[in-house]
Amino acid sequence: MKKTFTHSTHRHPCLPWAFLLPSLVGTCLFYLVPLLEIAMWSFSDARHSGFVMLDNYKSVLQNSAFRLAFKNTLCFLGVCLPLLLGLGLLLAWLLWLLLPHSRYVQPLLLLPPALPVAGIALTWKILFEDSGLLNGWFGQFGLSTVSFLKSDAVFGVLVATFIWKNLGYTLLIWMAGLGDIPNVLYEAAAIDGAGVWRAFWRITLPALLPSFGLAALFGIIGCFRVFREAWLLAGNYPPDSIYLLPHLLNNWFLALDMQRLSAAVMLVLSVFGSVTAAVRAAVALYRRHTDACKP
Amino acid sequence: MRPRKARLLWLFLLPALFCVLWPVWFTLTAALRSSDELVFLFGPALGLGLAGSQNSTWTLLPCWPTLQPVLRLLLDSPEFFVMFGNSLVQTVPQVLGALLVATPAAWALARYSFSGRGLVWGLYLLLMILPFQVSMVPTFLVLRHLGLLDTHWAVILPGMFASFPVFFLHRGFRRIPAACLEAAHLDGANEWICFTRIGLPLVSRTIFAVMTLQFWECWNSMEQPLAFLRKESLWPLSLYLPQVTAENFALCCAASLVILLPPLLVFWLGSGALLSDMERGVLK
Repeated sequence: MKKTFTHSTHRHPCLPWAFLLPSLVGTCLFYLVPLLEIAMWSFSDARHSGFVMLDNYKSVLQNSAFRLAFKNTLCFLGVCLPLLLGLGLLLAWLLWLLLPHSRYVQPLLLLPPALPVAGIALTWKILFEDSGLLNGWFGQFGLSTVSFLKSDAVFGVLVATFIWKNLGYTLLIWMAGLGDIPNVLYEAAAIDGAGVWRAFWRITLPALLPSFGLAALFGIIGCFRVFREAWLLAGNYPPDSIYLLPHLLNNWFLALDMQRLSAAVMLVLSVFGSVTAAVRAAVALYRRHTDACKP
Repeated sequence: MRPRKARLLWLFLLPALFCVLWPVWFTLTAALRSSDELVFLFGPALGLGLAGSQNSTWTLLPCWPTLQPVLRLLLDSPEFFVMFGNSLVQTVPQVLGALLVATPAAWALARYSFSGRGLVWGLYLLLMILPFQVSMVPTFLVLRHLGLLDTHWAVILPGMFASFPVFFLHRGFRRIPAACLEAAHLDGANEWICFTRIGLPLVSRTIFAVMTLQFWECWNSMEQPLAFLRKESLWPLSLYLPQVTAENFALCCAASLVILLPPLLVFWLGSGALLSDMERGVLK
């Protein structure tokens, strides 16, 4: 890990900062500095005349919309991530066993994230509306009509859209990880009498841990991008089951409810920040552990 | 190790491929249908149907293929072209600017160990994961202070400093063997020459892959223009969503297809780079 660093920094301590400068200036200007202003607002009242301490935070935490959005976001992550990672791993494993370097199948799996939501939204509406294509096909098999977009079933539609869009990436990440495992390990396991399943559990899964981290990271990013589809299909106020944090923040932004908005932003930011820090600490600990185990 | 029957794979793979390809096929064929046919087939789904019809139906091919809606869109709808132009004006500088800014930053994070590196890396990681709606508020405040709201810059500038390209390129630079750069140092190359003559050429495919991903991202962006552009004359194509009526149904479908074309073109050009990059291990 450390081997890839060059050691010339001892000669020029400012060197890395010179390379980082343009990016850091922009990041500070557009994201960090204004966050200070947001932090100020989250502690002050509507006319910026005085500090109200934690009143804004209290009002956000007691707000039923915030609670609903927070709960739904956790639900969505809890359903989507395991489904995405599991399905991706299963398909990647099969694909790896049977056609590891297909010139046709793998590029096609990358297609969904390239398709613009605006172009796809009309298709989705025609497919999922009450008298849309899917219900038409359901009718032919004698099933009753499902109101996909106007009931809580829209949660399922959103999960399916998410999987459809992100499965390709996940699959390729898993496949890259699978390609990294030396074949010698499998041969040795076969000689020792291990079957396909045992080899999968004991060799493949542990070796895929770095890929797991990356796939999960991409999956989480994808989870919040799904707001676009949700917004196009159901607007600013969708059925309760898919009222997510992006909806809430967007609506408070449109209503110019700056006090609650800034408090909510700070809350979400601190949750994300602490989770990121915790995960990074865990990864560092794990790396130190595995490095120590190596001869 | 290899099961003899590949059928099992196709059992999973064919539905997946069907799900991927059907929407593209649907959009393509819908653009070639006439308004009457569209209303007859899909009208019920959008509340445009005739009183008698029950459900929407679909046919694999258009019954009476026509290029008339596509031609009308391309020849006789100026507002569509303005939005197409807006999309290009906002997307191209955003992608190129992001690469210009992110490449040196990724190089610094990948090649040097310095105090503060962990903090900067954590910051980029956090900004990458954060939903847009969280960073939207601070960005909005800055843009308002700078008087950039309701200009193309409101979308271009914040997009240039996205942290995803830094993350992706960082992984590319990490793959360059240290020995390569040590040899260059011994030959008297300074850091800038190492970066431009060795680093950049070796990650050229990663750069191309990042360009592809960023293009899709920017071309499809909806939240940014919605939040920062109040003037509809500045809106990009991703917000072209006229109310579908019986008269303009065909036009909408043609527009869906045209919106799809640039990302498909980039997909055709860039998916090879993306794929080979992933196989070589950017994603490990």
